[in-house]
Amino acid sequence: MPRRNLKAAFVVGAVAMLAAAAQADDRYGIGRPATPAEIAGWNIDIGRDGSNLPPGSGSVERGRTVFAEQCAACHGDNGQGGVGDRLVGGQGTLASPKPIRTVGSYWPYAPTLFDYIRRAMPQNAPQSLSNEDVYAVSAYILSLNGVVPANAVLDARSLAAVRMPNRDGFVSDPRPDVHNH
Amino acid sequence: MAGVAGSPALAEQGNNLPPNVPEWMKAPGDPMGSQPYGAPSVHEKGVVKNISKTLPQYISASGRTPLQELDGIITPNGLFYERHHGGVPTIDPAEHRLMLHGMVDRPLVFTMADIRRFPSQSRIHFLECSGNPVYTKPYGKTASDLVGLLSCAEWTGVPLKTVLDEAGLQPGAKWVVAEGADAAALTRSIPIEKCLDDAMLVYSQNGERLRPQQGYPLRLLLPGFEGNMNVKWLRRLKVTAEPAYSREETSKYTDPMPDGTSREFTFYMEAKSIITRPSGGQKLTTHGFHEITGIAWSGHGKIKSVEISLDEGKSWQQAELQEPVLTRALTRFRLPWHWDGTPAVIQSRAIDETGYTQPTLAELVKVRGLNSFYHNNAIWPWRIDANGEVTNAQA
Repeated sequence: MPRRNLKAAFVVGAVAMLAAAAQADDRYGIGRPATPAEIAGWNIDIGRDGSNLPPGSGSVERGRTVFAEQCAACHGDNGQGGVGDRLVGGQGTLASPKPIRTVGSYWPYAPTLFDYIRRAMPQNAPQSLSNEDVYAVSAYILSLNGVVPANAVLDARSLAAVRMPNRDGFVSDPRPDVHNH
Repeated sequence: MAGVAGSPALAEQGNNLPPNVPEWMKAPGDPMGSQPYGAPSVHEKGVVKNISKTLPQYISASGRTPLQELDGIITPNGLFYERHHGGVPTIDPAEHRLMLHGMVDRPLVFTMADIRRFPSQSRIHFLECSGNPVYTKPYGKTASDLVGLLSCAEWTGVPLKTVLDEAGLQPGAKWVVAEGADAAALTRSIPIEKCLDDAMLVYSQNGERLRPQQGYPLRLLLPGFEGNMNVKWLRRLKVTAEPAYSREETSKYTDPMPDGTSREFTFYMEAKSIITRPSGGQKLTTHGFHEITGIAWSGHGKIKSVEISLDEGKSWQQAELQEPVLTRALTRFRLPWHWDGTPAVIQSRAIDETGYTQPTLAELVKVRGLNSFYHNNAIWPWRIDANGEVTNAQA
Protein backbone atom coordinates (compact mmCIF):
# COMPACT_ATOMS: atom_id res chain seq x y z
CA MET A 1 0.00 0.00 0.00
CA PRO A 2 1.44 3.37 -0.95
CA ARG A 3 2.45 5.50 1.97
CA ARG A 4 -0.11 8.14 1.09
CA ASN A 5 -3.02 5.73 1.35
CA LEU A 6 -1.74 4.44 4.64
CA LYS A 7 -1.81 7.95 5.98
CA ALA A 8 -5.34 8.46 4.68
CA ALA A 9 -6.48 5.23 6.28
CA PHE A 10 -4.97 6.33 9.58
CA VAL A 11 -6.76 9.68 9.42
CA VAL A 12 -10.10 8.02 8.68
CA GLY A 13 -9.61 5.67 11.60
CA ALA A 14 -8.66 8.49 13.94
CA VAL A 15 -11.71 10.51 12.94
CA ALA A 16 -13.95 7.51 13.60
CA MET A 17 -12.39 7.04 17.04
CA LEU A 18 -12.79 10.74 17.80
CA ALA A 19 -16.44 10.62 16.73
CA ALA A 20 -17.07 7.65 19.02
CA ALA A 21 -15.35 9.45 21.88
CA ALA A 22 -17.35 12.61 21.24
CA GLN A 23 -20.59 10.62 21.30
CA ALA A 24 -19.64 9.04 24.60
CA ASP A 25 -18.65 12.46 25.97
CA ASP A 26 -22.12 13.82 25.16
CA ARG A 27 -23.45 11.48 27.80
CA TYR A 28 -22.82 11.74 31.50
CA GLY A 29 -23.39 8.08 32.28
CA ILE A 30 -26.06 9.06 34.80
CA GLY A 31 -29.05 6.81 35.49
CA ARG A 32 -29.44 3.08 34.94
CA PRO A 33 -31.32 1.08 32.28
CA ALA A 34 -35.06 0.77 32.82
CA THR A 35 -36.03 -2.90 32.72
CA PRO A 36 -38.98 -4.10 30.59
CA ALA A 37 -40.80 -5.15 33.78
CA GLU A 38 -40.36 -1.70 35.31
CA ILE A 39 -41.61 -0.03 32.15
CA ALA A 40 -44.57 -2.40 31.91
CA GLY A 41 -45.64 -1.53 35.45
CA TRP A 42 -45.63 2.23 34.90
CA ASN A 43 -46.46 2.57 31.20
CA ILE A 44 -50.19 3.11 31.74
CA ASP A 45 -51.07 5.74 29.16
CA ILE A 46 -53.48 4.64 26.44
CA GLY A 47 -53.32 6.10 22.95
CA ARG A 48 -56.39 7.69 21.38
CA ASP A 49 -56.34 4.74 18.94
CA GLY A 50 -56.52 2.31 21.87
CA SER A 51 -52.85 1.40 21.74
CA ASN A 52 -51.57 0.00 25.04
CA LEU A 53 -55.07 -1.05 26.18
CA PRO A 54 -54.65 -4.18 28.34
CA PRO A 55 -56.29 -7.58 27.86
CA GLY A 56 -59.66 -8.16 29.48
CA SER A 57 -63.20 -6.95 28.93
CA GLY A 58 -66.18 -5.57 30.80
CA SER A 59 -69.93 -5.36 30.25
CA VAL A 60 -72.36 -2.49 30.68
CA GLU A 61 -74.19 -4.69 33.18
CA ARG A 62 -71.10 -5.20 35.35
CA GLY A 63 -70.30 -1.52 34.93
CA ARG A 64 -73.68 -0.57 36.40
CA THR A 65 -72.74 -2.39 39.63
CA VAL A 66 -69.21 -0.98 39.79
CA PHE A 67 -70.50 2.52 39.08
CA ALA A 68 -73.06 2.30 41.89
CA GLU A 69 -70.37 1.16 44.32
CA GLN A 70 -67.42 3.31 43.26
CA CYS A 71 -68.64 6.35 41.28
CA ALA A 72 -72.25 7.31 42.03
CA ALA A 73 -71.48 9.05 45.32
CA CYS A 74 -69.70 11.86 43.44
CA HIS A 75 -71.06 11.59 39.88
CA GLY A 76 -74.73 10.82 40.70
CA ASP A 77 -76.68 7.60 40.31
CA ASN A 78 -77.06 8.15 36.56
CA GLY A 79 -73.91 10.14 35.92
CA GLN A 80 -75.80 13.43 36.25
CA GLY A 81 -73.00 14.92 38.33
CA GLY A 82 -72.58 16.09 41.92
CA VAL A 83 -69.30 16.83 43.67
CA GLY A 84 -67.77 15.17 40.61
CA ASP A 85 -68.24 16.10 36.97
CA ARG A 86 -71.43 15.46 35.08
CA LEU A 87 -70.73 12.49 32.80
CA VAL A 88 -73.92 12.15 30.78
CA GLY A 89 -75.93 14.18 28.28
CA GLY A 90 -75.32 17.55 26.70
CA GLN A 91 -75.00 16.39 23.11
CA GLY A 92 -75.91 19.25 20.80
CA THR A 93 -75.31 21.97 23.42
CA LEU A 94 -71.69 22.92 22.69
CA ALA A 95 -72.58 25.84 20.40
CA SER A 96 -75.26 27.14 22.78
CA PRO A 97 -74.81 29.83 25.45
CA LYS A 98 -74.95 27.08 28.10
CA PRO A 99 -72.83 24.22 26.79
CA ILE A 100 -72.92 20.99 28.79
CA ARG A 101 -69.59 19.21 28.53
CA THR A 102 -69.74 15.51 29.39
CA VAL A 103 -68.10 12.30 28.25
CA GLY A 104 -70.90 11.93 25.71
CA SER A 105 -70.98 15.49 24.42
CA TYR A 106 -67.33 16.51 24.64
CA TRP A 107 -64.72 13.76 24.96
CA PRO A 108 -63.19 13.05 21.54
CA TYR A 109 -61.74 9.56 22.15
CA ALA A 110 -63.24 6.59 24.02
CA PRO A 111 -59.89 4.98 25.02
CA THR A 112 -59.13 8.14 27.05
CA LEU A 113 -62.01 7.12 29.31
CA PHE A 114 -60.21 3.88 30.20
CA ASP A 115 -56.93 5.75 30.65
CA TYR A 116 -58.40 8.37 32.97
CA ILE A 117 -60.57 6.05 35.07
CA ARG A 118 -57.68 3.67 35.62
CA ARG A 119 -55.13 6.34 36.53
CA ALA A 120 -57.26 8.69 38.60
CA MET A 121 -60.57 7.15 39.67
CA PRO A 122 -62.19 6.62 42.07
CA GLN A 123 -60.68 9.76 43.54
CA ASN A 124 -60.26 8.19 47.00
CA ALA A 125 -58.53 5.06 45.63
CA PRO A 126 -57.04 5.55 42.16
CA GLN A 127 -55.47 2.55 40.37
CA SER A 128 -57.51 0.20 42.60
CA LEU A 129 -60.00 -1.11 40.01
CA SER A 130 -59.20 -4.21 37.97
CA ASN A 131 -58.78 -3.72 34.25
CA GLU A 132 -62.02 -5.66 33.76
CA ASP A 133 -63.90 -3.25 36.01
CA VAL A 134 -62.36 -0.25 34.23
CA TYR A 135 -63.63 -1.66 30.93
CA ALA A 136 -67.02 -2.25 32.56
CA VAL A 137 -67.36 1.26 33.99
CA SER A 138 -66.21 2.75 30.68
CA ALA A 139 -68.89 0.68 28.91
CA TYR A 140 -71.55 1.78 31.39
CA ILE A 141 -70.74 5.49 31.04
CA LEU A 142 -70.72 5.19 27.25
CA SER A 143 -74.07 3.36 27.34
CA LEU A 144 -75.60 6.08 29.55
CA ASN A 145 -74.62 8.48 26.77
CA GLY A 146 -76.17 6.28 24.08
CA VAL A 147 -72.75 5.78 22.48
CA VAL A 148 -72.78 1.97 22.94
CA PRO A 149 -75.82 -0.32 23.38
CA ALA A 150 -77.00 -1.48 26.81
CA ASN A 151 -75.77 -5.01 26.14
CA ALA A 152 -72.27 -3.96 25.05
CA VAL A 153 -69.15 -5.76 26.26
CA LEU A 154 -66.00 -3.73 25.64
CA ASP A 155 -62.42 -4.87 25.24
CA ALA A 156 -59.33 -3.32 23.70
CA ARG A 157 -60.57 -3.75 20.15
CA SER A 158 -64.18 -2.69 20.63
CA LEU A 159 -63.37 0.29 22.90
CA ALA A 160 -60.92 1.57 20.30
CA ALA A 161 -63.62 1.22 17.64
CA VAL A 162 -66.11 3.48 19.45
CA ARG A 163 -66.56 6.75 17.61
CA MET A 164 -67.30 9.61 20.00
CA PRO A 165 -69.87 12.24 18.96
CA ASN A 166 -67.42 15.15 19.40
CA ARG A 167 -64.51 13.38 17.68
CA ASP A 168 -64.04 16.21 15.17
CA GLY A 169 -64.89 19.07 17.51
CA PHE A 170 -61.34 20.27 18.19
CA VAL A 171 -59.26 22.84 16.33
CA SER A 172 -55.65 23.92 16.68
CA ASP A 173 -54.61 27.06 18.54
CA PRO A 174 -55.01 30.15 16.31
CA ARG A 175 -53.63 32.66 18.80
CA PRO A 176 -52.72 35.46 18.70
CA ASP A 177 -56.37 35.94 17.77
CA VAL A 178 -57.11 39.25 19.51
CA HIS A 179 -55.33 42.56 19.11
CA ASN A 180 -56.36 45.97 20.30
CA HIS A 181 -54.30 47.94 17.82
CA MET B 1 -48.23 51.57 51.17
CA ALA B 2 -48.21 54.96 52.90
CA GLY B 3 -51.72 56.31 52.93
CA VAL B 4 -53.24 52.82 52.78
CA ALA B 5 -52.12 51.77 56.25
CA GLY B 6 -54.37 51.23 59.26
CA SER B 7 -56.00 53.96 61.28
CA PRO B 8 -53.48 56.64 62.38
CA ALA B 9 -55.70 57.43 65.37
CA LEU B 10 -55.18 53.95 66.81
CA ALA B 11 -51.40 54.08 66.38
CA GLU B 12 -51.20 57.36 68.22
CA GLN B 13 -52.66 55.75 71.33
CA GLY B 14 -49.59 53.50 71.58
CA ASN B 15 -46.92 54.12 74.17
CA ASN B 16 -44.23 52.97 71.73
CA LEU B 17 -44.21 56.19 69.72
CA PRO B 18 -41.82 59.10 70.15
CA PRO B 19 -40.87 60.51 72.55
CA ASN B 20 -41.44 57.23 74.48
CA VAL B 21 -39.03 54.29 74.29
CA PRO B 22 -40.74 51.33 72.55
CA GLU B 23 -41.38 48.29 74.75
CA TRP B 24 -39.41 46.06 72.34
CA MET B 25 -36.26 47.99 73.25
CA LYS B 26 -36.64 47.43 76.98
CA ALA B 27 -36.11 43.66 77.10
CA PRO B 28 -34.20 41.11 75.00
CA GLY B 29 -36.03 39.61 72.09
CA ASP B 30 -36.54 35.96 71.18
CA PRO B 31 -33.35 33.87 71.54
CA MET B 32 -31.50 32.30 68.64
CA GLY B 33 -33.19 29.07 67.66
CA SER B 34 -36.73 30.06 68.60
CA GLN B 35 -37.60 29.62 64.91
CA PRO B 36 -35.43 26.93 63.26
CA TYR B 37 -37.28 27.68 60.03
CA GLY B 38 -38.25 31.33 59.98
CA ALA B 39 -41.80 32.59 59.63
CA PRO B 40 -43.16 36.06 58.77
CA SER B 41 -43.84 38.59 61.54
CA VAL B 42 -46.94 37.89 63.59
CA HIS B 43 -48.19 41.22 62.24
CA GLU B 44 -48.22 39.75 58.72
CA LYS B 45 -50.33 36.71 59.53
CA GLY B 46 -53.09 37.97 57.26
CA VAL B 47 -50.82 37.59 54.23
CA VAL B 48 -51.71 34.04 53.25
CA LYS B 49 -52.89 32.14 50.21
CA ASN B 50 -56.33 33.17 48.99
CA ILE B 51 -58.36 29.96 49.18
CA SER B 52 -62.11 29.99 48.67
CA LYS B 53 -64.07 28.69 51.66
CA THR B 54 -66.97 27.49 49.52
CA LEU B 55 -65.38 25.03 47.10
CA PRO B 56 -67.38 21.84 46.51
CA GLN B 57 -64.23 19.83 47.36
CA TYR B 58 -60.58 20.48 48.14
CA ILE B 59 -58.78 17.54 46.47
CA SER B 60 -58.87 18.96 42.95
CA ALA B 61 -58.74 22.67 43.68
CA SER B 62 -56.64 25.83 43.57
CA GLY B 63 -55.31 28.45 45.98
CA ARG B 64 -54.18 31.93 44.94
CA THR B 65 -51.16 34.13 45.63
CA PRO B 66 -52.04 37.38 47.46
CA LEU B 67 -50.49 39.48 44.67
CA GLN B 68 -51.62 42.81 46.12
CA GLU B 69 -49.61 42.15 49.31
CA LEU B 70 -46.30 41.43 47.56
CA ASP B 71 -43.41 43.51 46.22
CA GLY B 72 -40.83 42.80 43.56
CA ILE B 73 -41.14 39.84 41.21
CA ILE B 74 -40.33 36.79 43.36
CA THR B 75 -43.17 34.97 45.08
CA PRO B 76 -42.26 33.60 48.52
CA ASN B 77 -42.49 29.81 48.46
CA GLY B 78 -45.19 29.70 51.12
CA LEU B 79 -47.41 32.00 49.06
CA PHE B 80 -46.86 30.38 45.66
CA TYR B 81 -50.19 29.57 44.01
CA GLU B 82 -51.37 25.96 44.07
CA ARG B 83 -53.39 23.83 41.71
CA HIS B 84 -53.61 20.11 42.17
CA HIS B 85 -55.90 17.48 40.72
CA GLY B 86 -55.60 14.66 43.26
CA GLY B 87 -54.34 16.31 46.44
CA VAL B 88 -50.73 16.91 47.50
CA PRO B 89 -48.79 13.64 47.80
CA THR B 90 -46.15 13.09 50.49
CA ILE B 91 -43.26 11.60 48.53
CA ASP B 92 -40.12 10.08 50.03
CA PRO B 93 -37.38 11.31 47.68
CA ALA B 94 -35.36 8.14 48.37
CA GLU B 95 -38.21 6.16 46.80
CA HIS B 96 -38.99 8.55 43.98
CA ARG B 97 -37.86 7.60 40.48
CA LEU B 98 -38.02 9.30 37.10
CA MET B 99 -38.49 6.85 34.24
CA LEU B 100 -37.58 7.98 30.71
CA HIS B 101 -38.71 5.62 27.97
CA GLY B 102 -40.54 5.37 24.66
CA MET B 103 -38.75 6.47 21.48
CA VAL B 104 -35.28 6.59 23.02
CA ASP B 105 -32.16 4.50 22.42
CA ARG B 106 -31.65 3.81 26.13
CA PRO B 107 -34.70 3.72 28.47
CA LEU B 108 -33.43 4.99 31.83
CA VAL B 109 -34.41 5.25 35.47
CA PHE B 110 -33.07 8.10 37.59
CA THR B 111 -32.93 8.58 41.34
CA MET B 112 -33.13 12.11 42.72
CA ALA B 113 -29.39 11.89 43.44
CA ASP B 114 -28.89 11.04 39.76
CA ILE B 115 -30.91 14.07 38.64
CA ARG B 116 -28.89 16.35 40.87
CA ARG B 117 -25.62 15.07 39.37
CA PHE B 118 -26.45 16.61 35.98
CA PRO B 119 -25.09 20.10 35.24
CA SER B 120 -27.57 22.51 36.84
CA GLN B 121 -29.08 25.84 35.87
CA SER B 122 -31.07 28.46 37.78
CA ARG B 123 -33.59 30.65 35.98
CA ILE B 124 -36.41 33.00 37.01
CA HIS B 125 -39.78 32.26 35.40
CA PHE B 126 -43.44 32.83 36.14
CA LEU B 127 -46.04 30.09 36.34
CA GLU B 128 -49.70 30.81 35.66
CA CYS B 129 -52.83 28.69 35.61
CA SER B 130 -54.65 28.87 32.29
CA GLY B 131 -57.96 29.71 34.00
CA ASN B 132 -56.86 33.02 35.53
CA PRO B 133 -59.54 34.41 35.58
CA VAL B 134 -62.61 32.98 33.85
CA TYR B 135 -64.53 35.16 31.37
CA THR B 136 -67.85 35.26 33.19
CA LYS B 137 -69.18 37.07 36.25
CA PRO B 138 -68.93 37.25 39.15
CA TYR B 139 -65.48 38.79 38.70
CA GLY B 140 -63.20 38.92 41.70
CA LYS B 141 -62.82 41.85 44.07
CA THR B 142 -59.03 41.83 44.48
CA ALA B 143 -55.99 41.39 42.25
CA SER B 144 -55.57 37.96 43.84
CA ASP B 145 -59.19 37.02 43.13
CA LEU B 146 -58.65 37.96 39.48
CA VAL B 147 -55.17 36.74 38.56
CA GLY B 148 -53.78 35.18 41.77
CA LEU B 149 -53.16 31.84 40.02
CA LEU B 150 -49.83 33.41 39.10
CA SER B 151 -46.46 33.31 40.81
CA CYS B 152 -42.78 33.67 39.94
CA ALA B 153 -39.69 31.98 41.33
CA GLU B 154 -36.05 31.21 40.71
CA TRP B 155 -36.00 27.57 39.65
CA THR B 156 -32.98 25.27 39.78
CA GLY B 157 -32.65 22.02 37.92
CA VAL B 158 -31.35 20.43 34.74
CA PRO B 159 -32.35 21.31 31.18
CA LEU B 160 -34.71 18.60 29.91
CA LYS B 161 -32.63 18.43 26.72
CA THR B 162 -29.63 17.24 28.73
CA VAL B 163 -31.62 14.34 30.16
CA LEU B 164 -33.23 13.45 26.81
CA ASP B 165 -29.78 13.41 25.19
CA GLU B 166 -28.66 10.98 27.87
CA ALA B 167 -31.30 8.52 26.66
CA GLY B 168 -30.88 9.39 22.96
CA LEU B 169 -33.95 10.51 20.99
CA GLN B 170 -34.96 8.29 18.09
CA PRO B 171 -36.07 9.60 14.69
CA GLY B 172 -39.76 10.50 14.68
CA ALA B 173 -39.80 11.61 18.33
CA LYS B 174 -42.29 14.49 18.32
CA TRP B 175 -43.82 14.62 21.81
CA VAL B 176 -42.92 13.84 25.40
CA VAL B 177 -45.76 12.60 27.61
CA ALA B 178 -45.16 13.71 31.21
CA GLU B 179 -46.84 11.98 34.15
CA GLY B 180 -47.03 12.93 37.82
CA ALA B 181 -46.77 10.61 40.82
CA ASP B 182 -49.89 12.07 42.41
CA ALA B 183 -53.30 10.43 42.87
CA ALA B 184 -54.39 11.95 39.53
CA ALA B 185 -51.28 10.60 37.76
CA LEU B 186 -51.72 13.85 35.87
CA THR B 187 -50.60 13.55 32.27
CA ARG B 188 -49.83 16.15 29.62
CA SER B 189 -48.06 15.95 26.27
CA ILE B 190 -45.27 18.40 25.51
CA PRO B 191 -44.09 19.17 21.96
CA ILE B 192 -40.49 18.07 21.44
CA GLU B 193 -39.47 21.57 20.31
CA LYS B 194 -40.27 22.91 23.79
CA CYS B 195 -38.49 19.97 25.44
CA LEU B 196 -35.32 20.75 23.48
CA ASP B 197 -35.60 24.51 24.02
CA ASP B 198 -36.02 25.91 27.55
CA ALA B 199 -37.83 23.09 29.40
CA MET B 200 -36.26 22.05 32.71
CA LEU B 201 -36.55 19.34 35.32
CA VAL B 202 -36.48 21.34 38.54
CA TYR B 203 -35.89 20.29 42.12
CA SER B 204 -35.41 23.66 43.82
CA GLN B 205 -37.40 26.86 44.05
CA ASN B 206 -36.05 30.11 45.45
CA GLY B 207 -33.00 28.33 46.80
CA GLU B 208 -34.68 25.54 48.75
CA ARG B 209 -36.10 22.21 47.63
CA LEU B 210 -39.51 22.36 46.00
CA ARG B 211 -42.44 22.53 48.39
CA PRO B 212 -44.75 19.48 48.30
CA GLN B 213 -47.45 21.71 46.78
CA GLN B 214 -45.05 22.54 43.93
CA GLY B 215 -44.11 18.98 43.07
CA TYR B 216 -41.50 17.81 45.58
CA PRO B 217 -39.13 16.26 44.80
CA LEU B 218 -39.22 16.92 41.00
CA ARG B 219 -41.34 18.85 38.53
CA LEU B 220 -41.34 19.81 34.91
CA LEU B 221 -40.93 23.52 34.14
CA LEU B 222 -42.10 24.80 30.75
CA PRO B 223 -41.52 28.56 30.79
CA GLY B 224 -44.51 30.44 29.35
CA PHE B 225 -46.76 27.39 29.01
CA GLU B 226 -50.01 27.03 30.98
CA GLY B 227 -49.49 25.90 34.55
CA ASN B 228 -50.96 22.39 34.46
CA MET B 229 -48.45 21.28 31.81
CA ASN B 230 -45.60 21.91 34.27
CA VAL B 231 -46.24 18.44 35.68
CA LYS B 232 -45.49 18.14 39.39
CA TRP B 233 -44.21 15.09 41.27
CA LEU B 234 -42.80 14.04 37.89
CA ARG B 235 -42.28 10.28 37.67
CA ARG B 236 -42.34 9.45 33.98
CA LEU B 237 -41.40 10.89 30.59
CA LYS B 238 -42.45 8.87 27.56
CA VAL B 239 -41.13 9.99 24.19
CA THR B 240 -43.78 9.47 21.49
CA ALA B 241 -44.74 10.29 17.91
CA GLU B 242 -48.07 11.85 18.87
CA PRO B 243 -49.74 13.36 21.94
CA ALA B 244 -51.35 11.15 24.60
CA TYR B 245 -54.70 12.96 24.16
CA SER B 246 -55.07 12.56 27.92
CA ARG B 247 -58.21 13.67 29.73
CA GLU B 248 -56.39 16.86 30.81
CA GLU B 249 -55.68 17.86 27.20
CA THR B 250 -59.05 16.87 25.70
CA SER B 251 -61.95 17.19 28.14
CA LYS B 252 -60.10 19.75 30.30
CA TYR B 253 -57.70 22.55 29.37
CA THR B 254 -59.27 22.91 25.93
CA ASP B 255 -60.91 26.21 25.06
CA PRO B 256 -64.59 26.11 23.96
CA MET B 257 -65.52 28.66 21.31
CA PRO B 258 -68.96 30.12 20.49
CA ASP B 259 -69.35 27.91 17.39
CA GLY B 260 -69.14 24.73 19.47
CA THR B 261 -65.58 23.83 18.48
CA SER B 262 -62.80 23.83 21.06
CA ARG B 263 -59.19 24.85 20.71
CA GLU B 264 -56.76 22.13 21.77
CA PHE B 265 -53.09 22.32 22.76
CA THR B 266 -53.33 26.00 23.71
CA PHE B 267 -49.97 26.13 25.41
CA TYR B 268 -48.83 29.74 25.65
CA MET B 269 -49.86 32.29 28.25
CA GLU B 270 -50.14 35.59 26.36
CA ALA B 271 -48.98 39.01 27.56
CA LYS B 272 -50.77 40.32 30.61
CA SER B 273 -50.46 42.83 33.43
CA ILE B 274 -52.33 44.07 36.47
CA ILE B 275 -51.95 46.99 38.85
CA THR B 276 -51.47 45.55 42.34
CA ARG B 277 -51.37 48.89 44.23
CA PRO B 278 -53.73 50.55 44.42
CA SER B 279 -56.04 47.64 43.65
CA GLY B 280 -59.39 46.18 44.60
CA GLY B 281 -60.07 46.02 48.33
CA GLN B 282 -57.51 48.72 49.18
CA LYS B 283 -58.20 52.33 50.14
CA LEU B 284 -56.33 55.54 49.49
CA THR B 285 -56.54 57.41 52.79
CA THR B 286 -54.86 60.61 51.68
CA HIS B 287 -54.76 62.84 48.65
CA GLY B 288 -51.36 63.55 47.15
CA PHE B 289 -48.55 61.26 46.07
CA HIS B 290 -49.18 57.58 45.45
CA GLU B 291 -47.05 55.16 43.50
CA ILE B 292 -48.97 53.00 41.07
CA THR B 293 -47.27 49.62 40.77
CA GLY B 294 -48.00 46.22 39.36
CA ILE B 295 -46.69 43.24 37.44
CA ALA B 296 -46.53 42.29 33.77
CA TRP B 297 -45.58 39.03 32.08
CA SER B 298 -45.68 37.16 28.79
CA GLY B 299 -45.26 33.52 27.87
CA HIS B 300 -43.76 34.70 24.57
CA GLY B 301 -40.71 36.42 26.04
CA LYS B 302 -39.75 39.71 27.63
CA ILE B 303 -42.04 42.59 28.46
CA LYS B 304 -41.20 45.48 26.13
CA SER B 305 -43.33 48.11 27.82
CA VAL B 306 -46.27 48.68 30.13
CA GLU B 307 -48.71 51.52 29.58
CA ILE B 308 -50.98 52.96 32.25
CA SER B 309 -54.21 54.88 31.79
CA LEU B 310 -55.62 57.09 34.53
CA ASP B 311 -58.68 58.23 32.56
CA GLU B 312 -60.75 55.12 31.76
CA GLY B 313 -58.53 54.15 28.84
CA LYS B 314 -58.68 57.45 26.92
CA SER B 315 -54.95 58.11 27.16
CA TRP B 316 -51.94 55.99 28.09
CA GLN B 317 -48.48 56.72 29.44
CA GLN B 318 -45.35 54.64 29.86
CA ALA B 319 -44.66 53.03 33.20
CA GLU B 320 -41.09 52.56 34.41
CA LEU B 321 -39.94 48.93 34.28
CA GLN B 322 -37.88 47.66 37.20
CA GLU B 323 -34.77 45.76 36.17
CA PRO B 324 -34.20 42.92 35.65
CA VAL B 325 -36.63 42.47 32.77
CA LEU B 326 -36.38 38.73 32.14
CA THR B 327 -37.89 36.46 29.54
CA ARG B 328 -41.04 34.65 30.71
CA ALA B 329 -40.74 36.21 34.17
CA LEU B 330 -42.77 38.76 36.10
CA THR B 331 -41.68 42.34 35.44
CA ARG B 332 -42.44 44.99 38.06
CA PHE B 333 -43.67 48.36 36.77
CA ARG B 334 -44.24 51.70 38.47
CA LEU B 335 -45.74 55.11 37.78
CA PRO B 336 -45.68 58.09 40.17
CA TRP B 337 -49.15 59.59 40.61
CA HIS B 338 -50.72 62.49 42.46
CA TRP B 339 -54.31 61.73 43.41
CA ASP B 340 -56.35 64.90 43.79
CA GLY B 341 -59.37 63.12 45.23
CA THR B 342 -61.48 62.94 42.08
CA PRO B 343 -62.84 59.51 41.12
CA ALA B 344 -60.62 57.71 38.60
CA VAL B 345 -60.38 54.47 36.65
CA ILE B 346 -56.80 53.19 36.39
CA GLN B 347 -55.54 50.27 34.33
CA SER B 348 -52.38 48.82 32.81
CA ARG B 349 -51.65 47.03 29.55
CA ALA B 350 -48.54 45.04 28.69
CA ILE B 351 -46.73 44.92 25.36
CA ASP B 352 -44.29 42.06 24.90
CA GLU B 353 -41.21 41.74 22.70
CA THR B 354 -43.27 40.21 19.88
CA GLY B 355 -45.21 43.51 19.71
CA TYR B 356 -48.40 41.91 21.05
CA THR B 357 -50.54 44.22 23.17
CA GLN B 358 -52.74 43.00 26.03
CA PRO B 359 -56.40 43.32 24.92
CA THR B 360 -59.53 44.45 26.74
CA LEU B 361 -62.08 41.95 28.04
CA ALA B 362 -64.59 43.15 25.44
CA GLU B 363 -62.11 42.50 22.63
CA LEU B 364 -61.42 38.99 23.93
CA VAL B 365 -65.10 38.13 24.39
CA LYS B 366 -65.91 39.41 20.89
CA VAL B 367 -63.66 36.71 19.42
CA ARG B 368 -63.88 33.94 22.01
CA GLY B 369 -67.35 34.35 23.50
CA LEU B 370 -68.11 33.43 27.10
CA ASN B 371 -67.94 29.62 26.99
CA SER B 372 -64.18 29.44 27.43
CA PHE B 373 -62.56 29.19 30.84
CA TYR B 374 -59.00 29.63 29.79
CA HIS B 375 -56.39 32.12 28.58
CA ASN B 376 -58.22 35.27 29.61
CA ASN B 377 -55.43 37.89 29.53
CA ALA B 378 -57.69 40.93 29.61
CA ILE B 379 -56.79 44.38 30.91
CA TRP B 380 -58.34 44.73 34.35
CA PRO B 381 -59.28 48.30 35.39
CA TRP B 382 -59.72 49.51 38.98
CA ARG B 383 -62.20 52.22 39.99
CA ILE B 384 -61.17 54.66 42.72
CA ASP B 385 -64.09 56.58 44.23
CA ALA B 386 -64.03 59.97 45.95
CA ASN B 387 -63.44 58.26 49.32
CA GLY B 388 -60.39 56.45 47.95
CA GLU B 389 -62.10 53.03 47.93
CA VAL B 390 -60.70 50.83 45.15
CA THR B 391 -63.01 48.34 43.44
CA ASN B 392 -63.11 46.21 40.32
CA ALA B 393 -64.30 48.48 37.49
CA GLN B 394 -65.57 45.51 35.45
CA ALA B 395 -67.77 44.07 38.20
